[in-house]
Amino acid sequence: MSYLAVDVHQKVFKNGCLVIRNLKLSCHKGEFVAIVGPSGAGKSTLLNIVSGLDKDYSGQVTFAGQAFNPSAVRLGFLFQECRLLPWLTVYQNLQLVIKNAPAAVQSKPLDIWLQNVGLQGCGDLFPGQLSGGMQRRVALLRAFIVAPDVLLMDEPFQSLDAPTAAQLRRLLHELWQQNAPTVLFVTHNLREAISVASRIVFLSARPSRVILDLPLATLAKHVEAVDIESDWVSQTHQQILERYPNVLAGLHLE
Amino acid sequence: MLAVLIFWQLFGGHFDSKLLPQPSAVLQLLWKEASEGDLLFHLGMTLKRVGISFMAAMIFGTVIGILMGMFKAIDHALDTFLIIGLNIPALVIIVICYIWFGLTEYAAIIAVTINKIPMVAVSLREGARALDKSLFQVAQVYQISKYDMATKIVLPQLLPYIFGATRNGLAIIWKIVLVVELLGCSNGVGFQIGGFFHFFDLAGVLAYTLAFMGVVFAIEVLGLRPLEKHVLRWRL
Repeated sequence: MSYLAVDVHQKVFKNGCLVIRNLKLSCHKGEFVAIVGPSGAGKSTLLNIVSGLDKDYSGQVTFAGQAFNPSAVRLGFLFQECRLLPWLTVYQNLQLVIKNAPAAVQSKPLDIWLQNVGLQGCGDLFPGQLSGGMQRRVALLRAFIVAPDVLLMDEPFQSLDAPTAAQLRRLLHELWQQNAPTVLFVTHNLREAISVASRIVFLSARPSRVILDLPLATLAKHVEAVDIESDWVSQTHQQILERYPNVLAGLHLE
Repeated sequence: MLAVLIFWQLFGGHFDSKLLPQPSAVLQLLWKEASEGDLLFHLGMTLKRVGISFMAAMIFGTVIGILMGMFKAIDHALDTFLIIGLNIPALVIIVICYIWFGLTEYAAIIAVTINKIPMVAVSLREGARALDKSLFQVAQVYQISKYDMATKIVLPQLLPYIFGATRNGLAIIWKIVLVVELLGCSNGVGFQIGGFFHFFDLAGVLAYTLAFMGVVFAIEVLGLRPLEKHVLRWRL
């Protein structure tokens, strides 16, 4: 029984460029799906469509069989840039989004949340006073704190140094285990996709559609986060590329 | 600044004191006017006019500016008026208002307000155009209420423009209010300076100017600057 069903017949940019055609994708509740594709394949556009930010397309997106309804489905969205509000403190940034969260979340002190992500004592600071990695953590926390049903992530760890990115992936994994939202994680880094996701969907080059849907048989990773440098990731990475040599270029497989 | 004053005090005595009164003479007169004369009354009248017309111009100008920045149709419709409003001499508007509404307090305040609105509108239009669309997406995704959207996402982005308009606004409004008072009021600093002008009383003119500058500095140092520093403290 799929929870999130995406069926985009066609998405054309205002400049006439056809970005997506016949893209079908469905995920179970609580599934962690990585979306991998060449740049310009409309990955970000796809997330905008799923989140309802972009309504200018033909097709439909349903959540448990229903069209998107803000009162029924809570979204978390980690944008490519953090998009924190620079004039609000960390506390205020979180308080702003928490108003729609379940009561249990609202009653939990923000300091405990901050402690969870290693930001204790930073609540009264402005985003500009934090390092890039710390801002990411706030953004990640903001996305999780609303207890989202669906979490959309758009290359969230792209601009970070390797240790910080690894740390945040671990954090993401922990948070995901706590309330298991359905995740769409866009990346162009296959290793990253292997290390975080339970399933990888490969998109073709523009106009994009799904060319390969690959479940990762990894029970172990549900227990602890997988290190991107681990042998398992390397092996899987190699296996995928041996079997589907052109998949990263987004070439059609048939 | 201090050096200029000292120099002026020391050597000012060589000139005709009518043409260039020494600072000490001006200060004496200022004290006399303030304690015995009507200086405070006239200053108060001027401040009242400045205050009312400034508030009115900020409110109307901000609303018009934001609407113009957000809606192309309104921008097109009002753009010509804005250019006229920016460039028409203040004196013309003042004279027209006095002719239409008579030499009344309303006419004076309306004239000043109309003079100022276009400048506020231009500044806020720029601010509204520069609003960060990506933050609106954040607001939509996280279902942020209209009220929070206005106060926590839109307003903070407009504040630097509002402060800019406030500074320019006060600077211009002082000048216009004095002209308005000179032409058609029976009190206020402008009216008094007009009176001194008839007697070529430069010391009186300078005494009132000095009192006036004191108020301006007080507003800037005690009001605007700390407020701006607090509100924009996130810029670090």
